[in-house]
Amino acid sequence: MLLSYREALNQAMREEMRRDSRIFLIGEEVGYYQGAFKVTKGFVEEFGPQRVVDTPITEAGFTGLAIGAAMAGLHPIVELMTMNFGIVALDQIVNNAAKIRYMSGGQLSVPLVIRGPGSAAHQLGAQHSQSLEAWFCHVPGLKVVAPSTPQDAKGLLKSAIRDQNPVIFIEAQLLYGTKGEVTEGEYTIPLGQAEVKRTGMDVTLVAYSKMLLVALEAAEQLSREGLDVEVIDPRTLKPLDLDTIVTSVKKTGRVVIVEEGWRFCGLGAQIADSIYTAAFDYLDGPIVRVTGEDVPMPYSRPLEDAAIPDVPRVVAAVKSACGVA
Amino acid sequence: MADMDRDDLLSLYRQMLLIRRFEEKSAEMYALAKIAGFLHLYIGEEAIAVGAIAALRPDDYVISAYRDHGHCLARGSDPGKVMAELFGKATGLCQGKGGSMHLVDLAKRFMGGYAIVGGHIPLATGLAFASKYQKQDLVTVCFFGEGAVPSGQAHEAFNLAALWKLPVIFICENNRYGMGTPVQRAVALYENVAEAARSYGIAAERVDGMDVLAVRDVMRKVVDQVRAGQGPYFIEAMTYRFMGHSMADPSHGHYRTKDEVAEHRKRDPLVVLKETMLNQVHCSEADFKELEREVGDLVTAAVKFADESPFPDPASLYTDVMAED
Ligand SMILES: Cc1ncc(C[n+]2csc(CCOP(=O)(O)OP(=O)(O)O)c2C)c(N)n1
Ligand SMILES: [Mg+2]
Repeated sequence: MLLSYREALNQAMREEMRRDSRIFLIGEEVGYYQGAFKVTKGFVEEFGPQRVVDTPITEAGFTGLAIGAAMAGLHPIVELMTMNFGIVALDQIVNNAAKIRYMSGGQLSVPLVIRGPGSAAHQLGAQHSQSLEAWFCHVPGLKVVAPSTPQDAKGLLKSAIRDQNPVIFIEAQLLYGTKGEVTEGEYTIPLGQAEVKRTGMDVTLVAYSKMLLVALEAAEQLSREGLDVEVIDPRTLKPLDLDTIVTSVKKTGRVVIVEEGWRFCGLGAQIADSIYTAAFDYLDGPIVRVTGEDVPMPYSRPLEDAAIPDVPRVVAAVKSACGVA
Repeated sequence: MADMDRDDLLSLYRQMLLIRRFEEKSAEMYALAKIAGFLHLYIGEEAIAVGAIAALRPDDYVISAYRDHGHCLARGSDPGKVMAELFGKATGLCQGKGGSMHLVDLAKRFMGGYAIVGGHIPLATGLAFASKYQKQDLVTVCFFGEGAVPSGQAHEAFNLAALWKLPVIFICENNRYGMGTPVQRAVALYENVAEAARSYGIAAERVDGMDVLAVRDVMRKVVDQVRAGQGPYFIEAMTYRFMGHSMADPSHGHYRTKDEVAEHRKRDPLVVLKETMLNQVHCSEADFKELEREVGDLVTAAVKFADESPFPDPASLYTDVMAED
């Protein structure tokens, strides 16, 4: 069935909440407003305000509350209106959610999903346009998921909700309205499995979330110019499915990694390091990265466009990786 | 008591009218896609910025949240440069890098608009700390919505301001909603949000935020006290947002009724002041016509300036990321 990314997320949570009454949703405007981006449309009507909890603007407070509730056996889904506001809750996420199992010697667990949109939309300015996945991936104790399609969004969110760990689930404002085929009925997609989104022989292009769409478009364009590009979406950023990527690299010998986040200490640097360690001998040239520019996101349109990877930049990077002009 | 000088009242009215017409024009420009991103209008709340800032010296500090056009214009910023910033142009206050939510005009001591709710309140205490430290007799005025009051950052800032007797005036613009959440569902002591400050020993009072003279009267008294070193003060200005939360939100939404909005519009701050002027200082309709014409010309000129200005050069993407050595 054809669903939007937004509807797919809505279905995933709805199905899981029907299945398990320990699951509740908490965040700003999730209830009566129907979600800041209307992801939780109809939830408060179906599940009531006990399970669909509107909060004051207190990210640290309600994230901490959810962590406590998870320690006591509930399965909270925390909606951050955007991932940018997760910074306000970062102490709770890093110092509590990620470490409580470890520090307690495995006595406690924090089954929790923290979800919301990351990355830039259109001209929302520096405080509302950040791609912070590398921050979360850095922290032992967290899983990080960033689906690009409705099918993946639904299947991965269901798995994230069933997971016994804190999972940071990163969506994207510009993906909410995108549509795609979604399997009818019950299914899940395991965390930690990449997917080959397009097969090719010449070069491996790794991209996730919104950048997957840019990568696919670039691959399409390159195919008309005679380059056969394999596109891989890790889908789960941590734990990373390196095997799928390395299998592809062994076939193609060339790699380009695309991410919207900042270059310095970005996720692509880690993925490149992992590939170099696992498959250096198979590489025919250096790995090329396409990233966001290392600046706070400017508001002005031409500057914002200059700061975010786009199809021409990915095309150029793939060509340079393949040594064609 | 309010002093009833004709020119004085004309000047207050003119400032509120400028904000009103400027923002109505911004909404139009948004519909034409000249302005993008988030645009939060201050329409209905003008009396607070104008009344409060009228009680300040030009060297006092003003800082605000993302609903900041009113504060910036009341501080005396050039409407053309403000509009150019909303357009993302190189001639904007921040050369297009800030946008609507992040206006800054250092020359006017307008220290910025900030888009992480609660996040700028500690900055205000810092400005006040600096002026106390440097033995300057400055006050800092910090505007925020009632939705920021429950945030942890607000509370930490209140405590520090009280602890160190900092010369800061917290002005809570209680427009009764944070996005779609009414204050009753966000603040425990919603009937008296100033208790949040009182609990730290900060003196507080409530004022009719639709009455520019009332706001200025309270502020004159408070500014003197705070400037004299008596520590911070909290003012709860009761107001109402006539438009939606941002351009993405219709003017009444699901969370309030048309009737409720209409009821509050009866106490439009422009109407309230106009009645006083017609009745008490012998202003005539002709005076208002003249003001409309003058302000209309200013706004038209601002749009023309913004429209004719160039977009920033993409080469400026990396300027001002770091201080130059
Ligand atoms: C930390 C944080 N959480 C959430 C948001 C999203 N958000 C933007 S404005 C807003 C409501 C704020 O209400 P209030 O403080 O009353 O100000 P008003 O918009 O009414 O002027 C919310 C939830 C944000 N910008 N920052
Ligand atoms: Mg409010």
